[in-house]
Amino acid sequence: MSGFGAIVWRELRRAWSTGGLMLPVAFFLLVAILFPFAVGPDDKLLAKIGGGVIWAAALLAALMPVERLVAPDMESGVLDQFAVRGLSDPLIAAAKMVGHWLGFAPPLLLATVVASALLNLPGDSLVLVLAGLAIGTPGLAALGVATAALVAGLRGAGALAGLVMLPFAVPLLIFGAGALDGNPAAFKLLGAISLVLVAGAPFVAGAAIRMGRS
Amino acid sequence: MLAFDRVTCVRGGRVLFEDLSFALGPGEAALVQGPNGVGKSSMVRIAAGLLTPAAGRVEGEGARTLLAEAAALDPELALAAALRFWAGLDGRADAVADALAVVGMAELAQVPVRLLSTGQRRRAAIARVVASGAAVWLLDEPGNGLDAASVVQLEGLIAAHRAQGGVALVATHLPIALPGAQVIGLGAA
Repeated sequence: MSGFGAIVWRELRRAWSTGGLMLPVAFFLLVAILFPFAVGPDDKLLAKIGGGVIWAAALLAALMPVERLVAPDMESGVLDQFAVRGLSDPLIAAAKMVGHWLGFAPPLLLATVVASALLNLPGDSLVLVLAGLAIGTPGLAALGVATAALVAGLRGAGALAGLVMLPFAVPLLIFGAGALDGNPAAFKLLGAISLVLVAGAPFVAGAAIRMGRS
Repeated sequence: MLAFDRVTCVRGGRVLFEDLSFALGPGEAALVQGPNGVGKSSMVRIAAGLLTPAAGRVEGEGARTLLAEAAALDPELALAAALRFWAGLDGRADAVADALAVVGMAELAQVPVRLLSTGQRRRAAIARVVASGAAVWLLDEPGNGLDAASVVQLEGLIAAHRAQGGVALVATHLPIALPGAQVIGLGAA
């Protein structure tokens, strides 16, 4: 197996076997459950704000696994062993992004279907939310890995990760929520933002990993 | 196969060693000695390409393998599976069983890494070095956590590796017998 594929597979395996994936999905569903309690059982209002709630919940859920993406591998010497084998740091980060997305996005999309029922979201809105999340989650995964690499080894990394990551996730939220009324321009901009994050994050994360060594 | 050319190491604004030069040909070994904090680990990490020297160059050929303080084995995996991940990256997944036998851990192959003791983890990391098939072994404190019998075993493994034309760079503060090795004393001056 190539180095890239091996790292992707390892990320997926670790995410599933250590239960790191259930937590964000459970958190996501919990937010979706709490919202109807908070705003009251007005199904018209819920249907109106439901899509935005799902996007905000997805953003917060994406923040949860950040602490386990890079820091444990840095501490246990796994990243050093990759580097000694000639794998470049951006390549490692890119593989981690792919593995993180594969493990994180499909369960999140499934949970979105459940959440949309809780929020009384109409069927066509659900399709738009799912399409938007499918386009936006690669960007979220990229942002997660880059943030994880930047805060790895710092004290209070979890709280710091939120401060680093959420501002950069705002464009995803804006255009993701903007795409809820089926505006094709919003979808295109969402795709563009997601692509920028996916393209840039491996180099940011790679540089952060390299700095972390010295 | 591994050569330092006037290498200087600076960590945190402090010069750890300056103008260090040596060369290791096939079958040769270097023993890096010195008190704590003198830059032994940094030197091994420079040799592994993980740290950039402040000055000078490191040259070498052949694959390198590193034994560092951290075991870098996934704790939830069985020992053989954890080693097979790394051996697979080296393209030698079939070398794991032999490597485990060589370090005397064949019967522990199916035990999860998290249940292994410190010394057993260290021996597992040595098994990864053996399984890698790399020509240049970079060992940072390989004797830490090992019992006396395991140290003797490690000395035998290094000797066998050198007999096959391999190179070993060993940084240690514990006595490890490396017959005919260059001794590099850091911080002695």
